[in-house]
Amino acid sequence: MSMSLLEKITTDDLLASLGQDVQLLGEGANLSVVVPKERLIAVMEELLKNYSFDYLGDVTAVDRGESGFEVVYHLFSISNKYELRVKTITTQSEAEVPTVTSVWPGANWMEREVYDLMGVAFAGHPDMTRLLLPEEFEGHPLRKTFKLQPRA
Amino acid sequence: MQTQTFELNMGPQHPATHGVLRVILELDGEIVVKATPVIGYLHRGIEKICENRSYVQSIPFTDRMDYLSGMNNNLAICQAIEKLMALEVPERAEYIRVITAELNRIASHMITIGVLALDLGGWTGMVYGFRDREKILELFNKLCGARMTFNYIRVGGVAWDLPDGWIDECRQFLKELPEMLKTYDELIMGNEIIQLRLKGVAPLSAERAIAMSASGAVLRASGVDYDVRKANPYGIYDRFDFEVPLGTDGDNWDRFYLRYLEIIQSARIIEQALEGIPEGPVMAKVPKMLRPPVGEVYHHVENPRGDLGFYLVSDGSPKPYRWHARRPAMINLQLLDELSRGTFIADVVATLGTLDPVLGEVDC
Repeated sequence: MSMSLLEKITTDDLLASLGQDVQLLGEGANLSVVVPKERLIAVMEELLKNYSFDYLGDVTAVDRGESGFEVVYHLFSISNKYELRVKTITTQSEAEVPTVTSVWPGANWMEREVYDLMGVAFAGHPDMTRLLLPEEFEGHPLRKTFKLQPRA
Repeated sequence: MQTQTFELNMGPQHPATHGVLRVILELDGEIVVKATPVIGYLHRGIEKICENRSYVQSIPFTDRMDYLSGMNNNLAICQAIEKLMALEVPERAEYIRVITAELNRIASHMITIGVLALDLGGWTGMVYGFRDREKILELFNKLCGARMTFNYIRVGGVAWDLPDGWIDECRQFLKELPEMLKTYDELIMGNEIIQLRLKGVAPLSAERAIAMSASGAVLRASGVDYDVRKANPYGIYDRFDFEVPLGTDGDNWDRFYLRYLEIIQSARIIEQALEGIPEGPVMAKVPKMLRPPVGEVYHHVENPRGDLGFYLVSDGSPKPYRWHARRPAMINLQLLDELSRGTFIADVVATLGTLDPVLGEVDC
C-alpha cells in the first residue's frame, strides 16, 4: 500500500519546510495540505524538489458555493511511492489560481478541463481555452448554479 | 520556389482516429510541423450526470467511458465508493474481481494490437485480435448478460456468483491463449514492415513521460516502473506473482510491444486467481441507499489504458457532491503533438494507435 507522505514524516516537519500559511486539514483518506494560492507555486516546487513529488496525478476543482472553489491536486512520487493531496482555494468572484504547468507540464489539459467545466481560470497557462465544450458554450456545467434541464 | 506549410484535418470522422477525434495537422510536405488534437465530440457530461444520481447509479456510466475495459472501470468506481464508506468485500468477490479485470485487460490489449495492425495497413491482424477477444466477451456474456457494458462489479462485491462451469471455460481460454499469442507474434510482431514502421519512431524519454503525467503502457514503455497494481496495490493484487514489463526507448514499438507482454502477465494473474478462489458469499451487507459519511476519497487503479482515478466528495447525502474521473486516455493524448512533430503523416496514425485513446473516456 503506498502511503501518504505524512506516514513517513511528521506534520510539523512538513509544515516547517513548506513555510507559512500552509495548513493541514482532515485525517486519513481526507487529509489534505491547504495552501493559499499566492504561495501555491512555491509550495509545489518545494514538494517536487525536496519530497520528489515528480508525478502530478490529477487536477480538479470542487464548487463549495459561498466558500469559493477548491482546486484539488493529487501528487504522487514515483521514486518513493507516496502520495499527497494539495488544495488551494479561490473565491467565487475571482475564480483564478496560478497554473502549475511550469512545475508539471502535464497539467496542461487537466487545467483546461477545470477551466472549461468549472470556470476556474489558471493564471499564466499557455493556452487557457475550453477543452471539451465548444467555444461558444455559455456557462460552466460543473458549477452548482448550473442546473441540468429536466428531461423532455 | 516559394513553399509554405498547410493545414490538413484528420477526422473527426476518420477510420484511424479510434472514434470521433479531430487532429489538425500542420504539414510541411509530408512532415508534420504541428498536430493539434481537438476533443469533446463525445462529451456527455458524465461527471455532472453522476452528481445528480445516487452513488450506485454511477456504475453503469463508467462502463461507457473506456468501453473496451468496462470491468476495470466498474472496479475503480466501486472500490472508490467502498473506500469512502469503509466497506469490506468478501474474499470470493475479490478474486472474481481480479479475474474479470485481468480478462478485460487481455481483451482490451487484443483490440489495441489488432487495431494498430489495421492502422498500418494489415487488415488480417485486426481480424485475429477481434476473433480472440470474442472468446472473452462470450465469457463475460455468460457471466452478466452483456458483452461490453457489464455493470457486474457492484459496491460491496459482484452482482452474482460465477455460473456453473464458468471457471472451467476460463481455464480453457487460458489454455488456448498461448496459441493466440503465437499467432500475433508471428503475424504481427514478427512482421518486418510493422517493425520498420514502429521502431525508433516518436520516442519519449522517461523524464518527459513523468512530467507529462503519462501513465499505463505509454509511461512504462519509456522505462518508468510505475504500475498502480504494484505501487499502490488495491483489492488483493498484492497476493499475486507477476511482473511489470518495461520498455527502453519509449518509441512506438515499445508502446506497442508492451501490451503484448502485459497480456502474458495478466494470464499469469488469472491462473493464480482461479487456483486460489475460495467458496463463500460474493456480496457484503450493503444498505439499499448508500449515504457515505462526509469526506472525500481519491482511488486509482491500473486500467489497460493507464492510471484511472476517481475523486469522490460526499456531503453525507445520497448523491455525490463531486464525482470526478482522472482519465488516463485523455492525459496520454496530450503527447500526440510533441510525439508527432517531425514525423511523417503516416506515422501520426501509428503514434495515435500506440497512445491508444478511447474517445469515450477522453471526452467523458
